[in-house]
Amino acid sequence: MERIFLDVAHMLAGGLVLVSFMLLYQDRMFGLLNVFALHAVVLSLSVGWQAHIQGAPHLYATALIALVLKALIIPVALHRVVIKLGIHRTIETVGGIGPTMLAGIGLVALSMVVMLRATAAADPLAREDLAFALAVVLLGLLMMVTRRNAVSQIVGFMSLENGLILAATGAKGMPLVVEISVAFSVLVAFIVIGVFLFRIRERFDTVDVQALDDFRGERR
Amino acid sequence: MIFEWLAHLPVAPVTAVLAIPAAATIVLAVLPWYRPTAYLNVVATLATFLAALTLLAVRPEPGTYLFVDDLNIVFVVLGTFVGFTTSAFSASYIAHELEIGRLTPAYLRFYHAMYQALMFGMNLALLANNIGLMWVAIELATLSTVVMVGIYRTHEALEAAWKYFILGSVGIALALFGTILVYMAARPVIGEGHDAMVWTELSTKAAALNPELLNVAFIFLILGYGTKVGLAPLHAWLPDAHAEGPTPISAVLSGLLLNVALYAVLRFKIILAANPSAINPGPLMASLGLLSLIFAGFMLYRRRDIKRMFAYSSIEHMGLIAFAFGMGGPLANFAGLLHMMMHSLTKSAIFFAVGHISQVKGTQKIAEIRGLTESHPVLGWGLVLGVVAIAGLPPLGIFMSEFLIVTSTFAREPLLAIPLVLGLLIAFGALMLRVSEIAFGEPVGSMARVEASYVPMFSHLALVALAGIYLPSPLVAWFQNVARLLG
Repeated sequence: MERIFLDVAHMLAGGLVLVSFMLLYQDRMFGLLNVFALHAVVLSLSVGWQAHIQGAPHLYATALIALVLKALIIPVALHRVVIKLGIHRTIETVGGIGPTMLAGIGLVALSMVVMLRATAAADPLAREDLAFALAVVLLGLLMMVTRRNAVSQIVGFMSLENGLILAATGAKGMPLVVEISVAFSVLVAFIVIGVFLFRIRERFDTVDVQALDDFRGERR
Repeated sequence: MIFEWLAHLPVAPVTAVLAIPAAATIVLAVLPWYRPTAYLNVVATLATFLAALTLLAVRPEPGTYLFVDDLNIVFVVLGTFVGFTTSAFSASYIAHELEIGRLTPAYLRFYHAMYQALMFGMNLALLANNIGLMWVAIELATLSTVVMVGIYRTHEALEAAWKYFILGSVGIALALFGTILVYMAARPVIGEGHDAMVWTELSTKAAALNPELLNVAFIFLILGYGTKVGLAPLHAWLPDAHAEGPTPISAVLSGLLLNVALYAVLRFKIILAANPSAINPGPLMASLGLLSLIFAGFMLYRRRDIKRMFAYSSIEHMGLIAFAFGMGGPLANFAGLLHMMMHSLTKSAIFFAVGHISQVKGTQKIAEIRGLTESHPVLGWGLVLGVVAIAGLPPLGIFMSEFLIVTSTFAREPLLAIPLVLGLLIAFGALMLRVSEIAFGEPVGSMARVEASYVPMFSHLALVALAGIYLPSPLVAWFQNVARLLG
């Protein structure tokens, strides 16, 4: 029985890493948002399973927050923003998809090497969970680096935060304070970002961050 | 006598330090009149400062969520003091911004509410006894400054705020990962639940924690909180955020928020230092600090924007402070603490002067500001005094702290002292070059009278000058005690 518990937890966490890879190569706006919703669904399943095997009912709340907020509300809202701004065209990625995927594989390998070595003494469940979580965090960072569009940077940032929630639930008995604050911070962050998007739009008629770079504060 | 009276206050000082800004946030967000609210802002920060002073006399027992010890009280008193003087400067600054229409009353209401939210976030981060709570508080402080940086809604301000937001959030996210790892390291020793996230528990049982996990955690923590400190490869948000936001915000960013992030790094450093098998966090901090110092020193030469220049000077000084704490030992820690205090006071005084200068001249470009000591003698000489202090000339306070840092480095790691002194000299040259352009020569541009209060600026400079000549022995004893605590 123990074995099955462990295997399912690994499968879900591994699935999250896989969906992170899917996020990396999406070149259409709506496709990106749909895959992000899938990312959030896999996260909430994973957190829900952790709640079950750890016997920690408060984690169900975290799973529910992830499901409602990140799999439904935020993708729908971003969908609307994208339509409203008329930016449902192709996303340009820096450096192409091939090198990005290779870099992603390298990052996953790195997180395995680092975390498995560092957590040799911890129980196997938390151990591999943390390794997967670090992989998701690093892939989110990679996505933020390779995208120029403000909306896809936000998606990258939120996938990074999903990795953090995975890590927090894997750390057995971590107080609820942190999970709630993570969810809350995503909400606040989203509001702030929303304000920014509309302000950026108002000023530049584009949400391409590249356009912002032309307004460096140091022209003579 | 007075201590007994203080102990019987109806509200505990710790609560007051947090409750006053929290209440003021709500009140200032609701009240529509913009002139009285500027004064209310000053009153609220003054009350917070007084409450922080009472903490010196009455020290509460450490609780699950809040605690006061010798280290964080230095930061709290300094932070609330600079918060108070900056709000006084802000009141005279925004009056002018309203006149020229850069800010509207609606934005101003928002601005004051966010100022108090920032004060609340910083005080909570400093007083928190729980690593999770501290993380939440730093995130709150970051978000409130992000919106304030973007408040002018110009192209540059939006770029700066966006950059700050993205880099700040990534830094904060990495810090959370580090925080989770620290909990993981503490769980087998301290047990599940809240206790494994409490500072006082963590520091007493630090030796027993899992060293490998602590090592990985510290890498994430120093990268995460180091982004907020503005250490060199991670500093990209800092000059933009300083240059494009309102000047009072530049003053609190440099004077306070960077210190709060550094405080977080220091706390985790104490835990790692107490664990014999973990890596020594000192060399990592020292090398990042040295890199920031030298990098910022070179960058200072190419600046054309006056606020951006002093932002790079902040990177330089935060690097120097991180270097001092990274070196460790009673003398270097003492010098680091003193330098942090002197830098906060001096840099915010400089930003007060710069704020008035850019208002009078209507520009932040160094090329368009000339001969300030002739056109505006008080303001011009105030700036010169501030820059002389920040460049580390005797007999002002920063000379003393830099002298202590350099001598302790010479005594312990003579080879490191060479790049250190080189970095200091490079920065010194750049600052002297620029300030001579700004302050002397033929006056250029507007000669309008300054509608400003000089009290905040000169009170800071007076404190810095006083500290350079005479440090009261209780203060020295107190700092020595903290330096020992830092290990």
